[in-house]
Amino acid sequence: MIHAAYLMPLLPLAGFVVLAAFGRRLGDPWAGWLGTATVAGSFVVACVVYAGLLAKAAPARSFTQDLFTWIPVGGLQVHAALLIDPLSMTMALFVAGVSSLIHLYSIGYMKGDSDYPKFFLYLNLFVASMLVLVLGNNLLFTFVGWEGVGVCSYWLISFWFGRDSAASAGKKAFLYNRLADVGFLIAVFLVFSKTGTLNYTGIFAHLSLIGGGTGTAICLLLFVAAVGKSAQLPLFPWLADAMEGPTPVSALIHAATMVTAGVYLMCRISPVLTQHHVAQLVVASVGAATAFVAATIGCAQQDIKKVLAYSTVSQLGYMFLAVGTGAYEAAIFLMVAHAFFKALLFLGAGSVIHGLHDEQDLKAMGNLRRYMKLTFFTFGIGTLAIAGIPPLSGFFAKGEILDNAYARYPALWAIGLVTAALTAYYMTRLVSLAFYGDDRWRHGPGGGAGAGDGDGHGGGAEPHESPWVMAFPLVVLAVLAFFGGLLHLPWHSSWNPLSWLGPVFGAGQYEAHQSTGTQWALGIVDSVVALVGLGVAFSLWSRRADRPALEPAVLERAYFLDDIYDAVIARPGQAFARFCATVVEVKVIDGAVNGVGRLTRVAGGGLRRVQTGYVRQYALGIVLGTVVLLAWMLSRAVS
Amino acid sequence: MSLGGAWYLGLAAVVFSIGALGLLVRRNVLVMFMCVELMLNAANLTFVTFSRMLNDIGGQALVFFTLVVAAAEVVVGLGIVVAIFRRRRNATADDFHIMRG
Repeated sequence: MIHAAYLMPLLPLAGFVVLAAFGRRLGDPWAGWLGTATVAGSFVVACVVYAGLLAKAAPARSFTQDLFTWIPVGGLQVHAALLIDPLSMTMALFVAGVSSLIHLYSIGYMKGDSDYPKFFLYLNLFVASMLVLVLGNNLLFTFVGWEGVGVCSYWLISFWFGRDSAASAGKKAFLYNRLADVGFLIAVFLVFSKTGTLNYTGIFAHLSLIGGGTGTAICLLLFVAAVGKSAQLPLFPWLADAMEGPTPVSALIHAATMVTAGVYLMCRISPVLTQHHVAQLVVASVGAATAFVAATIGCAQQDIKKVLAYSTVSQLGYMFLAVGTGAYEAAIFLMVAHAFFKALLFLGAGSVIHGLHDEQDLKAMGNLRRYMKLTFFTFGIGTLAIAGIPPLSGFFAKGEILDNAYARYPALWAIGLVTAALTAYYMTRLVSLAFYGDDRWRHGPGGGAGAGDGDGHGGGAEPHESPWVMAFPLVVLAVLAFFGGLLHLPWHSSWNPLSWLGPVFGAGQYEAHQSTGTQWALGIVDSVVALVGLGVAFSLWSRRADRPALEPAVLERAYFLDDIYDAVIARPGQAFARFCATVVEVKVIDGAVNGVGRLTRVAGGGLRRVQTGYVRQYALGIVLGTVVLLAWMLSRAVS
Repeated sequence: MSLGGAWYLGLAAVVFSIGALGLLVRRNVLVMFMCVELMLNAANLTFVTFSRMLNDIGGQALVFFTLVVAAAEVVVGLGIVVAIFRRRRNATADDFHIMRG
């Protein structure tokens, strides 16, 4: 059963190939159904492999499937091989599962788009890359998926490349990711130079060879890569701009693929990471700081998808906090729970946007609960889950992270707790603005012209509920987001499916041994904080939509981070480019080329006087040349 | 009586010099052409002389090649000269300097 594992990445890849060849002929909606079927097939295979893995004894649940030798160069033997173990299977399960729901949803959402087949083409390649990323058994094969995810995100974010903002958002995502990938590559070189292998199992067998300084460097360099991919502090602005893509893409990038890759990578190298406490502290601090900063930004966003984007950044910060604490199981737990509720929230937001004919401004929504009951209900569940209201999945996932942080880094725990309140606040603000209050969409968008109002439906058209292909994933995800907490209940091992990850992390897993009383106390604190945030936001925003005092520009514009990058990096870069164009290009390069031309012309002008046309002069030249040659030879012969 | 090789070499040098001088000073294309032939034959004479002096048949064999090439050159050269005469009455080499650079 386990030997079918290679089908997991292969099925979406085959879908990609078929769509590339026949996508246009299949058209709308068959191209979508084909894409969905391959990813769903991949999910079925993942379930089968998972069952096969569960049937084995706990220590034997690690299995390498060698596909072919990829790079045979001397001492460097890199195989294209899959590592099937509890960690990679957990990832593969939720990646394939959530992706197939998003594919299904896209069939409805993208209906009528002129590039319909191309969308599923990219989507399939995206999922295939992500599965390669999580299943690869060595750093380089993982890197293939890592880059594949990067390039697909570029294509998908700038899918509507006719819009300037979409095109530049895609570029931005690509550049931020490439910048961070440099860290990945250098880390790979370091690992190879120290251990001589790139296999995860091989690396972990030679842990003693990775010394203190180098080990910390490897961890931090991989963390740099993860910071880019998972949009942590200072490289997160691309994720907010990634909202320019179609909403299913946002859901895919945020929930199932791409951004979780960084967390996965850090968990994958956990045996190395746990040995280096400085690196752990850096990871945890960056995570906590990002969680807090992104949450504050989320409180002041106007665009429904931007709020969700920053909440993703914030939740990823929690995951890195957990990774840095050593609570890898908790990180994976939140990742899975987050995949459920964030996919739900994005698809719900997409449903709202779809229902309001491409309106994304929160201030131009309002009172939608009367018109989109199913969306409101499912979105509400997602909100309660992410806010951490018991007994939904987010409460348990976040609680576990905070418990561990409380035991190991109390200061970071405090930041995390404040962030939890902020999370409840901004999510409730979003729900209040979108689903409560007046029917603001009747009077047209609040801030003047509607942003995405391309098809002529102004505010005033009656919002409508979405078709079943869009509603069905919402319901499935709502159920998962509600009951996802059951995956990892803290107080009994038999109710704890995620504890099967234990052998992967082994002794590196940090265990906060807290008394039941402490756990209850922390849980109650978490819930109270979340409820306070929720209540405050609801009372503030459910009746009034404009409170400028609570949306300072510094938060709305994300601490001016984009402007700072613009001033510090982009503008000097442009100035340098202009200098190259006007000075280096004109003076140096053109000068060299023209100089060669002028030299040839001058030399030719001088030499052409020699060519007189008189035969006797040529003859004289020949004679003189002969005489000189003879004289030279004679002088040599004599001496 | 037989003359020494030096005499033949001297004769060849004299003939060559006459040819070279003629080529430089004369304007008539036909005469210049004949001067070239003089130089070629002076060279041939040198080849034959050295061949006899050094008892090496190679020099005489080479002369045959030179003669054949010279004959071919004469055919081409005379053809050009005749063509020039058709276009204009006299044939002064200096008149044909349209190839000046």
